[in-house]
Amino acid sequence: MAANPALAPAVPAFDVERVRRDFPILATRVHGHPLVYLDSAASSQRPWQVIRAVEDYERNSHANVHRGVHALSQAATSAFEGARERVRRFINAGSTREIIFTRGTTEGINLVAQAYARPRFGPGDEILITALEHHSNIVPWQMVCEQTGCALKVAPINRRGELEFEAFTQLLSPRTRLVGVAHVSNALGTVLPVKRIVEAAHAHGAVVLIDGAQAVPHSAVDVRALGADFYTFSSHKLYGPTGIGVLYGREALLEAMPPWQGGGDMILTVSFEKSTYNALPYKFEAGTPNISGAVGLAAAMDYVEGLGIEAIAAHEARLLQRATAELLRLPDIEIIGTAAHKASVLSFTMKGVHPHDLGTILDAEGVAVRTGHHCAMPVMTFFGVPATARASFGCYNNDADVTALVAALKRAREVFN
Amino acid sequence: MDLKDLYRDVILDHNRQPRNFGRIEGTDAQADGHNPLCGDRLTVFVRLNGEQVQDIRFEGKGCAISTASASLMTEAVKGKDRAAIQSLYDKVHELLTQQDAPADASLGKLAALSGVREFPARVKCASLCWHTLNAALAHGAATVSTE
Repeated sequence: MAANPALAPAVPAFDVERVRRDFPILATRVHGHPLVYLDSAASSQRPWQVIRAVEDYERNSHANVHRGVHALSQAATSAFEGARERVRRFINAGSTREIIFTRGTTEGINLVAQAYARPRFGPGDEILITALEHHSNIVPWQMVCEQTGCALKVAPINRRGELEFEAFTQLLSPRTRLVGVAHVSNALGTVLPVKRIVEAAHAHGAVVLIDGAQAVPHSAVDVRALGADFYTFSSHKLYGPTGIGVLYGREALLEAMPPWQGGGDMILTVSFEKSTYNALPYKFEAGTPNISGAVGLAAAMDYVEGLGIEAIAAHEARLLQRATAELLRLPDIEIIGTAAHKASVLSFTMKGVHPHDLGTILDAEGVAVRTGHHCAMPVMTFFGVPATARASFGCYNNDADVTALVAALKRAREVFN
Repeated sequence: MDLKDLYRDVILDHNRQPRNFGRIEGTDAQADGHNPLCGDRLTVFVRLNGEQVQDIRFEGKGCAISTASASLMTEAVKGKDRAAIQSLYDKVHELLTQQDAPADASLGKLAALSGVREFPARVKCASLCWHTLNAALAHGAATVSTE
């Protein structure tokens, strides 16, 4: 008889030491210390399952996709389109026609900026973003503003690093054509109320692009439940390879958009008088794609779902909570980004020690953290700091990593006393 | 790799209490330096008397290496002429980038920066002030970037 599901734990047990054995790089030693990798928000590491999937594809299945009738071309096409279907299920999109492979989040945003916004927007139109965006969700819109004469508006955040929702809704108007928001802030860890943002934006007729780069590794994302018009993320923050990412777009929107880049694969017919364009999603995938990257991304999604995204999130939330509490006990530490709802990211400064010096001292102890402006200079300006140090957690981090971080920070305090 | 090589007492002292920190109003020459990688920013102000740097000050925000390097630089170049500063710049550049290069005796306290070369990610921190001084002397007013 099957176990009573009511008695099963809501969150499956999470064996972090078993997870760590899946990541060969964690055996690396850095300056004589075991690697303590706390920079997953910049790029996560890869498990064997991803490394082997990419290797297996390269060894056994590689050819160009959508081109040949020979066996390998069909095998490669099948692997690539299988990966697209894997992505569709991962974010619960309605159709693989809505899944466009890109180089990453940045390219996804630029695609929407150039193929959706640029042909439509003009003087009097507005694009609304928030004050905590990554540069990649600021600069593409500034370029559209220069190209079309539309205006960029910025919704403010408070001192905890949370979006001022009232002020955000007040900036919405019939002039607002597009809202671009991060799902999770890379510099602060803030989780934004994207469902409420989508509802408010749609009430004013604006479409919404969500930058999900920092959200997808830490929470189940259902693009249809969110009501997102566009949702974009990168593979390499989700334990997959670099150089591949995804843009989800609602089919009706993508259908109405002109192609962005021209070339092979995105056409049906070409003559010197006129070319006709391929159907979705190929219309937006000019040139030979990153096939092995897509295979690796699909393997990473299998891996994450095998562990259970809720289990990963619960594990990371516990580490974040413990690290936050321990850092607050240290003298001279200020945590930048104290939102009520955070994911995985702990940004901080130490009084009298520049983040760049902190980064070097921590590195000497084997502890890898990001230091700098985190591609979010306006956030640094808002908090009045030139930079912060940022520890970020992935599925493979454990309590020993938090202990090593705290010990390395104490060492930094000694060096600078 | 030893942190004590990087954060020597001289460096920590000049970071805590930077010398010649502040502005020179109505100066002949100044320039802004910026390291976008880490957010370091500094401005170097120079008062020239002919070819000679009569006074030099700097202000800005940066890491210990960039602050201490700027502080040591102002002490080292004050009173020197352009040619002597260029020669010093060349020696500092060698000190920061060439493994095993013995510190030239004329470097004085600047030799404390020799540990930086073991930390390639930090060389730009130490050289930012020198690039900025060069810009101030060459153009009068400019912004230089390490990127």
